[in-house]
Amino acid sequence: MKAAIITFPGSNREGDVFRALADVTGHKPVHVWHADYELPAGTDLVVLPGGFSYGDYLRCGAIAGRAHIMQAVKAHAARGGLVLGICNGFQILVESGLLPGVLMRNANLRFVCRMQHLRVERTDTPFTRAYQPHQVIKVCIAHGEGNYIADDETMARLEGEGLVAFRYCDGAGMVGGAANPNGSLHDIAGIYASDRRVLGLMPHPENLIDPLVGGIDGRGLFKSLLAA
Amino acid sequence: MNEPALTAELIASHGLKPDEYQRILKLIGRAPTFTELGIFSAMWNEHCSYKSSRLHLRGLPTKAPWVIQGPGENAGVIDIGDGEACVFKMESHNHPSFIEPYQGAATGVGGILRDVFTMGARPVACLNALRFGAPEHPKTRHLVAGVVAGIGGYGNSFGVPTVGGQVGFHTRYDGNILVNAMAVGLARSDAIFYAKATGVGNPIVYLGSKTGRDGIHGASMASAAFEADAEEKRPTVQVGDPFAEKLLLEACLELMQTGAVIAIQDMGAAGLTSSAVEMGAKGNLGIELDLDAVPCREAGMSAYEMMLSESQERMLMVLDPARAEIAKAVFVKWGLDFAIVGKTTDNLRFVVKHGGEVKADLPIKELGDEAPLYDRPWVAKPKQAVIEARDVRPPVSPDVALLRLLATPDLCSKRWVWEQYDHLILGNSVQQPGGDAAVVRVGDGPKGLAFTTDVTPRYCEADPVEGGRQAVAEAWRNLTASGARPLALTDNLNFGNPEKPEAMGQLVGCIKGIGEACAALDFPVVSGNVSLYNETQGRGILPTPTIGGVGLVKDVAKAASIGFKKADEVIMLIGATAGWLGQSLYLRDICGLERGAPPPVNLDAERRNGDFVRELIAFGDVSAVHDLADGGLGVALAEMALAGNLGARITVLPEGERHGVLFGEDQARYVVTATTANSLRIAKAAGQAGVPLVALGVTGGTALALPDCEPLALARLREAHESWLPAYMGA
Repeated sequence: MKAAIITFPGSNREGDVFRALADVTGHKPVHVWHADYELPAGTDLVVLPGGFSYGDYLRCGAIAGRAHIMQAVKAHAARGGLVLGICNGFQILVESGLLPGVLMRNANLRFVCRMQHLRVERTDTPFTRAYQPHQVIKVCIAHGEGNYIADDETMARLEGEGLVAFRYCDGAGMVGGAANPNGSLHDIAGIYASDRRVLGLMPHPENLIDPLVGGIDGRGLFKSLLAA
Repeated sequence: MNEPALTAELIASHGLKPDEYQRILKLIGRAPTFTELGIFSAMWNEHCSYKSSRLHLRGLPTKAPWVIQGPGENAGVIDIGDGEACVFKMESHNHPSFIEPYQGAATGVGGILRDVFTMGARPVACLNALRFGAPEHPKTRHLVAGVVAGIGGYGNSFGVPTVGGQVGFHTRYDGNILVNAMAVGLARSDAIFYAKATGVGNPIVYLGSKTGRDGIHGASMASAAFEADAEEKRPTVQVGDPFAEKLLLEACLELMQTGAVIAIQDMGAAGLTSSAVEMGAKGNLGIELDLDAVPCREAGMSAYEMMLSESQERMLMVLDPARAEIAKAVFVKWGLDFAIVGKTTDNLRFVVKHGGEVKADLPIKELGDEAPLYDRPWVAKPKQAVIEARDVRPPVSPDVALLRLLATPDLCSKRWVWEQYDHLILGNSVQQPGGDAAVVRVGDGPKGLAFTTDVTPRYCEADPVEGGRQAVAEAWRNLTASGARPLALTDNLNFGNPEKPEAMGQLVGCIKGIGEACAALDFPVVSGNVSLYNETQGRGILPTPTIGGVGLVKDVAKAASIGFKKADEVIMLIGATAGWLGQSLYLRDICGLERGAPPPVNLDAERRNGDFVRELIAFGDVSAVHDLADGGLGVALAEMALAGNLGARITVLPEGERHGVLFGEDQARYVVTATTANSLRIAKAAGQAGVPLVALGVTGGTALALPDCEPLALARLREAHESWLPAYMGA
């Protein structure tokens, strides 16, 4: 599995996702600079990491969504290549049009970093096949703009086509209420593109790969990709 | 540009006293230019010159075999083995944060991060210590919201986990809050970068963001007391850009790898002036600056403004001329300004040119070395009476007192605060906020570092020497309780107006106490910061010498944490309990009395008990460990139960008045848990080591039961502990 991690000015979890991929898949990813025009030949997976690309100026992900390298990322996605956007990477995916909807400021207007349970909505995708159906996993979140919003038509399509990847829930798998940390519609934590080969999510599975540091529930996502 | 005449009024507005101005005249043999006056004001203010504290700071222990760099550089450096070094420092941003809380706190974090990566270290953790006014003061809520958002806004974006800290409230901070920020970085011990310039004719290079008119005289503002017009000083507060700082970090570390950097100094307080003078003076070299080459944010800036601007995210370097082009390429890649703005010279002069004119020509060494040094008059605080527990009538039963204490502003959960900080980025946060010390794994381990910030200002107010000792002892104890060996500390001394003998006496007393504890515990000071004139309209803050401690954990898998782990384990209290209620939170918040002598610190007992506990952790004999501090035994037990979501039945208490035993704040104490078999061995070992130990009861259930009290359901305790701050902040 050949993975390429794109570094934008202001990215700051590129090292964390590098570590997770190398540790879980046994393959070291390569770092690609935002100003490059091409992905390394044979790239299977593109990762847009967490951070504050371009200082979140204008809107989160807006400038990065238009960086040189994003043309190559779009072409990669159009060919059916895998794309994973985490946190700021998710924001970049919606800004670049690879995923629908927008990520607004958290409903309470505060940045939130905490452990968070998610419900895995389906396990027949390249990102989730190592999880059990409707498994509740514990990962962390760390964002100020993760409040997922889309118009009614888009929401109906996401739900109708089964494109919701993860929902915020409590430890027992119950969605809604205080378990939703940011006000996202339908408790959405992550969504797929139509072909389920592009995933954007706000939580950080890459920080939950070690029993000493919070737990290992994030490993499943990278393990799934290994088989992809 | 027409420069103003140097009137007595202008000189006074630069914070220079008449005798200090005479000193300048004598030093340079003529009247200074306007730009030179600005330079002297920047170099000779309290913040940069330590003129009131220098004399007393000399007495602090700063050396140990593992200390690579003590005070005097951008940050302290200690050896943590395996060719690795830990670089750290704490610094205040009090005055700016009161005037403009978000930007003041954000740039405080930015400044301390720069101090750390200037030395070649990659930042791995941030901590802080915050003091706000009384909750009922009309500005407090606004200041808490702004400061917390500012700290998060900068650190989260920069990409460093904020792993620990403290938050306290007291009416004495109503007009003068404290924002102390600490940063910790890792470097190779053979690749530390310093400020000392070498070589004549080497280029001085300016890096980072452009220079604007923000922050002019920031350091001077920080060296004066506030009057009623504090709000008008808002334009002297700098504006932070964590994005620029992140780029500067990556560019600097990349550049350092090329071997092009001879010396480096960040532009912090007093900006270009202080960084250039420091590099030259340390290297016994002159510096010549050409301000026409300085990248400016706006046109028409004068030499005076450029020399005093405190625009953020800027660095000054002396580069190897042979590699200047390689260096430039790195900065172009990261989209940052890179300009050669001067050179080193052999004449020991600090020369500033602008528009073809010499705007300043001063002796570079004397600018720092000849700064005024004051032995200010001070008076010692009279000793307070010792309060005996039997003389304090308990107004409520212990279970009610405990519930109330857990819901007080000082003891309640600070989750509302630390959930706004990214404390998990980098994936090494083994011990997260809410425990005794934060533990951060070093790379892939097994080694780790433990961090804490501590001080108990009400103790320092009641008895500065004892309070200084206690601040160090508590930091040492918190590190110990995580299983770490305490190695060194950074101190951030926040005090009132040193021109008042009472406030000066607090500073002198606390430094004395800190020094005694550092010496007794082999816990040297390697960096620090002094913030004086924390006074508004004549009212000073509580003396607050914040201690930022760093310790080494051999194997993070063995680090201890405070939560009860398993049912039916034995709960033991280690250390002697006298039931000391003087200056305790019980006395203040339950009885309404803020008085008495603070608990004495027996440094021999601290060491003996702490070393004993650390050994227990290293051998895996204990399952949970918590140090006792604010709120005493009762609060510690509640915190352990809440953290582990497991109750306890306490059946035995040390002898003495029950409220004194449960809520007294005697020092050098820990609570630990162990299996029954281990507990017997531990009790025996404690007896042999001369360490007092009492088995208090066992873990289990869903309530905390104190002797002869209604059991307190954990749900009730949690409700009390968790709800005050969110409710106060209106969440």
